[in-house]
Amino acid sequence: MRYNKLVMNKEKNKTYISVHNLIVDFTQINEEGIEEIKTRAIDDVSFDIEKGSFISIIGMNGSGKSTLAKCLNGLIEPNSGEVIVDGMNTSDEEHLWDIRSRVGMVFQNPDNQIVSSLVEDDVAFGPENLGVDPAEIRQRVDHALKQVDMYDCKDKGAHMLSGGQKQRIAIAGALAMRPDCIIFDEPTAMLDPKGKLQVMDIIKELNREGITTILITHYMNEAEQADRIIILKKGKVYSDGKPKDLFSNRRLIEGAGLEMPPLIDLRDKAGLPESATTLEDIICLLK
Amino acid sequence: MIRDITLGQYFPGKSPIHRLDARTKIIATFMFIVEMFIVNNFWGFVIAGIGLFTVIGISRVPLKFIFRGLTAVFLIIAFTFIINLFMFDGRILWHWWIFKITYEGLIRACFMVIRLVLLILGSSILTLCTKPIALTDGLEKLLRPFSRFGVPSHEIALMMTIALRFIPTLMEETDKIIKAQQARGADFESGNILRRAKSLIPILVPLFISSFRIAQELALAMEARCYHGGDGRTRMNEIHFNKEDVVAAVWMVAFLGIIIGSRFIR
Repeated sequence: MRYNKLVMNKEKNKTYISVHNLIVDFTQINEEGIEEIKTRAIDDVSFDIEKGSFISIIGMNGSGKSTLAKCLNGLIEPNSGEVIVDGMNTSDEEHLWDIRSRVGMVFQNPDNQIVSSLVEDDVAFGPENLGVDPAEIRQRVDHALKQVDMYDCKDKGAHMLSGGQKQRIAIAGALAMRPDCIIFDEPTAMLDPKGKLQVMDIIKELNREGITTILITHYMNEAEQADRIIILKKGKVYSDGKPKDLFSNRRLIEGAGLEMPPLIDLRDKAGLPESATTLEDIICLLK
Repeated sequence: MIRDITLGQYFPGKSPIHRLDARTKIIATFMFIVEMFIVNNFWGFVIAGIGLFTVIGISRVPLKFIFRGLTAVFLIIAFTFIINLFMFDGRILWHWWIFKITYEGLIRACFMVIRLVLLILGSSILTLCTKPIALTDGLEKLLRPFSRFGVPSHEIALMMTIALRFIPTLMEETDKIIKAQQARGADFESGNILRRAKSLIPILVPLFISSFRIAQELALAMEARCYHGGDGRTRMNEIHFNKEDVVAAVWMVAFLGIIIGSRFIR
């Protein structure tokens, strides 16, 4: 993408997003008209995300993962704590648009994030908001559509596409802003198996091209494809580590109300040691 | 029937009508609508019809698509016809109890129906041959001079874009709700008008709720894509008038003249 390989490698270990002691409360007005805390959605969460990395945030429904995602590009302002994106604080109004142009977001429902009826016009929505030059927008839109393999559909109506295709358009819409980072908030939850696979392939490909990728999901088999998995439970970081460390600890994963990916389930049913966490390891043991 | 409204459904094409500037087409449609009220005899409609079908021919939009818009408003057309048919005094052609059909009423009813049909066909050409975004861009540009009097031209244009975009989505949603209510034993097909109208409530309430939810999600998605009003926004497809628009303008003026002239045909 924008960075050539050399620069990318140099910057790879730099912290891109850092979250410090984040707290988000959902409040409600009680009968006496006083605002009171209803639920604490995010409870003292801290972590750093490195540039170019691929991390998954996983947790049960109501664990706060979507709320956390919305904090990362300033859609939700935290009650306390801070989120620093590339040196800018998301609570700082001045930098808000700058942050959102660098941190793109793809939402769960493919229908409710497409603004324009026509595919290419929708992809152009982001750069148009940024005030990019028309010729440059055209170039970005074409490039983004090619990246998600939807260039042939650029003149089509958005309502004529399948869920998976709509989601790819939404990804293209984020890409057209030339972001450094994209947050995917359960992008495959409403798709059929084929659509899920296609979207996951694109996500992995984009990460290989150097985009910092944050995948919010509740499917373990999607989360395991990341370099690092953060498990949230009741708004707290329950565990944070590499997939293979998690998969050698069944109690930990089940404690968060999650399921092991099918491969690991198979391993445990076959009575193989917990140290085997990849397909290669397991094949090796079985031979 | 719910899927049949063509209004707001773009038919992709590359005809001269498609290529015209949206502003030209909006003005032309507006003129056509006014012209339909200038017409005072059937000759005027014949001329308007010839003009309209020439434009349809040039646009190369299949007739099937153009007439699909009519089926959705069929009830309104039928209603207009019947009201006009029975409500006029004059030479009585047919008489039964308190109902009578007069010669004048019949003429009047046909007149109103033709006017309605031409109005609907004329305006669906606009939406069939113009990308919704181009349409709203055109509208925004046309309204911009009025923004100094407090007309929120950008906001109006954006509202229209979103409304057009979500017509199919809300229709799907309605279909889903109807099926869900039917699965729970709701009955939309029997009973008198009052009962049927009442049975719409279980459709409308969930539809309202879900459209608020959609609106909220969309607003978030737009904010995530840096939407912050019309200030400092650019457009991928800048619209500008060209030679074809001048030709169209000449035709529009000529057509207006002919239509006004048609008032004097006896």
